[in-house]
Amino acid sequence: MVIGAGIAGIQASLDLAERGIKVELIEKNACIGGRMAQLDKTFPTNDCSICILAPKLAECSRHPNITLHTLSEVQNIEGSAGNFTVNVLKHARYVKEDACINCGICVEKCPMRVEDDFDMQLRKRRAIYIDYVQGVPAIMTIDKENCLWFTKSACRICEKVCEREAIDFEQQDKEIELNVASIITATGYDVFDPTSISYLGYGRFPNVVTSLEFERLISASGPVGGHLTRPFDQKEPENLAFINCVGSRDIKNNPYCSSCCCMYTTKEAMIAYEHNNNIQTSIFYIDLRAGGKGFRDYIQRGCDDYAITYIKAKVAKILQDEQKNPIVVYEDTDTFEIKQLKFDIVVLATSMIPKKDAVRLSEILGISVDEYNFLKGMTYHPQKSSKEGIFLCGACRAPMDIPNSVVDASGAAAKAAEIVMRL
Amino acid sequence: MTSEDIRIGVFVCHCGTNIGGVLDVPSLANYARTLPNVTYSTDNLYMCSEVGLTEIKENIKEHKLNRVIVASCSPRTHEPLFRAICQEAGINPYLFEMVNIRDQDSWVHMKEPEKGTEKARDLIRMSVHKAALLEPLERVKVAINHSAIVIGGGIAGMTAALNLGNQGFIVSLIEKEPELGGLLKSLNKVFPSNEDASTLLEIIDIIESHDNIHVYTSVIIENITGFIGNYKVTIKQNKETIDVDAGVIIVATGAIPLSPEGYFGYDQKKIISQLDLESLLKNDQVKANNITMILCVGCRNEERRYCSNICCMSAIKNAMLLIEKNPNAHITILFRDIQSAGTEYEKYYRKAREMGILFINYLPEKPPVIKKDFVDVYSALLNQDIKIPQDLVVLSTPLIANEDSEVLAKMLKVPLEENNFFLEAHVKLRPVDFATDGIYVCGSAHWPADIAESTSQANAAASRASTILWKDHLEVEGSTAEVKTELCIGCEACIRICPYNAITKDEETDTAIVNKIVCKGCGLCGASCPKNAIIIHHFTSDQIRAEIFTYGGAI
Repeated sequence: MVIGAGIAGIQASLDLAERGIKVELIEKNACIGGRMAQLDKTFPTNDCSICILAPKLAECSRHPNITLHTLSEVQNIEGSAGNFTVNVLKHARYVKEDACINCGICVEKCPMRVEDDFDMQLRKRRAIYIDYVQGVPAIMTIDKENCLWFTKSACRICEKVCEREAIDFEQQDKEIELNVASIITATGYDVFDPTSISYLGYGRFPNVVTSLEFERLISASGPVGGHLTRPFDQKEPENLAFINCVGSRDIKNNPYCSSCCCMYTTKEAMIAYEHNNNIQTSIFYIDLRAGGKGFRDYIQRGCDDYAITYIKAKVAKILQDEQKNPIVVYEDTDTFEIKQLKFDIVVLATSMIPKKDAVRLSEILGISVDEYNFLKGMTYHPQKSSKEGIFLCGACRAPMDIPNSVVDASGAAAKAAEIVMRL
Repeated sequence: MTSEDIRIGVFVCHCGTNIGGVLDVPSLANYARTLPNVTYSTDNLYMCSEVGLTEIKENIKEHKLNRVIVASCSPRTHEPLFRAICQEAGINPYLFEMVNIRDQDSWVHMKEPEKGTEKARDLIRMSVHKAALLEPLERVKVAINHSAIVIGGGIAGMTAALNLGNQGFIVSLIEKEPELGGLLKSLNKVFPSNEDASTLLEIIDIIESHDNIHVYTSVIIENITGFIGNYKVTIKQNKETIDVDAGVIIVATGAIPLSPEGYFGYDQKKIISQLDLESLLKNDQVKANNITMILCVGCRNEERRYCSNICCMSAIKNAMLLIEKNPNAHITILFRDIQSAGTEYEKYYRKAREMGILFINYLPEKPPVIKKDFVDVYSALLNQDIKIPQDLVVLSTPLIANEDSEVLAKMLKVPLEENNFFLEAHVKLRPVDFATDGIYVCGSAHWPADIAESTSQANAAASRASTILWKDHLEVEGSTAEVKTELCIGCEACIRICPYNAITKDEETDTAIVNKIVCKGCGLCGASCPKNAIIIHHFTSDQIRAEIFTYGGAI
């Protein structure tokens, strides 16, 4: 059983399935794909993220050895390595999986407007929805919390317009029991909310955004169709700043390093420049962590070809002028002067933090967490959890980028296969 | 099949705004419908989505299509998916054609959408003319040898071998040194646990007593032949030549630390390397009190632009051990960017600072200068030159590729990147696979890696290998070369040019033969044959001529 169907969970499942081992893939959301589906491009090749992910999503749903359980959560486990009994709660979708063809008529007619978490709440979706067009499984879901029928006993327009009679308000949550030899957790990460670091102005200044919000702003499938404008006044920005280590390497928040931000801020600046060659970017950093393959060359390309300036500095605060342009106040370590620079948008590279239900999952599975609440792996065999037969991969055990998550996933699959083969 | 029987479906993809934001996609779908043999055409926001794929399948049935064309991103990522969909709908996958209107059109002509659209029309028309001439092809089945060869007996190679052995596969572990253990053998302690490196080497006993693992030490690899499922590695051990057969090969040959010879007056006495320090620490022979470490020696420079990933952490480790042994020691680390990514390493770095180890950032344009008793360095943070008393200087050098990597890469027919580390199939999603099927890479042979990274990659490579090893048969590419024996004059031009060594000569008939399992269908042989005796299936001369004629106008 694999818990979590982001890139790590998907890779682990595909490896095991290709190895001839049956996989139960459990995903909490309505669609698989995880964080990688939200990204526009990926470093250091600047490959389009969804374009390289989509074939894997389709493979996952088509593979005869993989059973996909979406909208599902692990409730309880019993047993030990080689023989775990797992209770899984499958939430009702209120849409018949075999009838819906994802035509989108229901979405058009749904009167509700709901903050879209997939788009970092930068646009509204409806109460019946699919997260993104390539979503797998390609079927709609009704969001019970916001649906007029469930909240006010009214509407049911989707039911009337659906030609396939796929809407089913009578569906109930149900519990299923699965028997598995080994468990891999791949539940990913949450993103740090920088509102609490008040001097950075996030939440107060409209043109201070987080890196994942910015990713959606530059994404072709995002809320502004990839035509980069300020969310506040639709102005096309020409001066960007990125601030690294927001919430990370910070003993008041998260003492650890988030691993990926040095690289993805460079990537986001590159993509922005590709949208508009007049864009100039400053990246404020503490250490530039570019130890991966080709990463140093990538940073160099950022300097040479994409008008990126790297400034080693600790940002003191962010102010805002009357046009709501953010102003970064920092100490220049070359001249020892306190300087101010005005930008059109400031992007905060926020930490990857443990999933908010990581502790609960660790208790259900009976495995340890580390001092930050990431699931704890063994130092030199990081895919091994504290319990035999349960393995970890991807950002649920520590912040990491996509290649490391893929390596981790295959590594966890190899260890899980050992348990299965022992039977 | 007569031309009336040919029913082509053309599916044009918007790829979100990647294509749709530049080219006029609906007009392309309309245009396709005007072309000969095209029965149906349409456009979709994402052809690779489940909606798009279902649309293809349903229209194949509804319009009785027998050729499918998708105009979209790139066959590199998406051809296998669309071919599989065709197969599911009952069409031979080689009756599918892909037109690249994103990578080679909308992306490069972003600023000239009209011309880009015109180019897409040309590309689609060419493909339609080719599609009419496509022939169904069959994929060849290959039997799989269920054992593996792991090259390199360091921590990565041993971990990979152990996993495959535990999964029940037979593994041959090949090591050029007389003993297993690799670079770990020369280390004193390991970060971030600071335990003895020897505790991690306990795996050697498990490996050597494992029923499924055969260890060959003091080995030279002489030759590698074969292909996925059927590799043969010829090794020489004690003047004896042995052939080892296996279905897959894992490369775990590691890397070596650069000798600091020629940098900062390295003399192995008062100016030593981190590796020298490891053995001094092991034997408790460090006498110095004022120790300065210089990081990034011989890397992040013109010659080696890369960051070696692990040196910061091993310097911090040795600095900690020095302080633990001699609490009065003054340790200074001169660094450029400290690489302590993640949770454990950042904590380790913080602990080092709390222990009183001094970290000073230096600039490459003002490198430290070693004087007698002092190191002079400019600190950007303090904006001044500082003098650090020293009686021992330790230089951190990068891991560099093994010198025999080039030879091995040639034998395996796999690529190296510019620093001679092995180059994987895809940086993002296939980090331990090679483009050549059945060969995998892990550990520092791929890129400087610490122990946790090495074991993770080793297990990952084992996982990838196991997806092949358990199978009885494998299907390989159907689009390959075929020699028309009656036309072949035995000139061997094709044999010389084939990059995969897929062509041999039949001595009896004096003509060339293609091994269909090894052949990748690249077409070099066909282009080089003076007698036009080689057919490249799926790219036949007729098919390519049809494309060219419809582009340039009929001759």
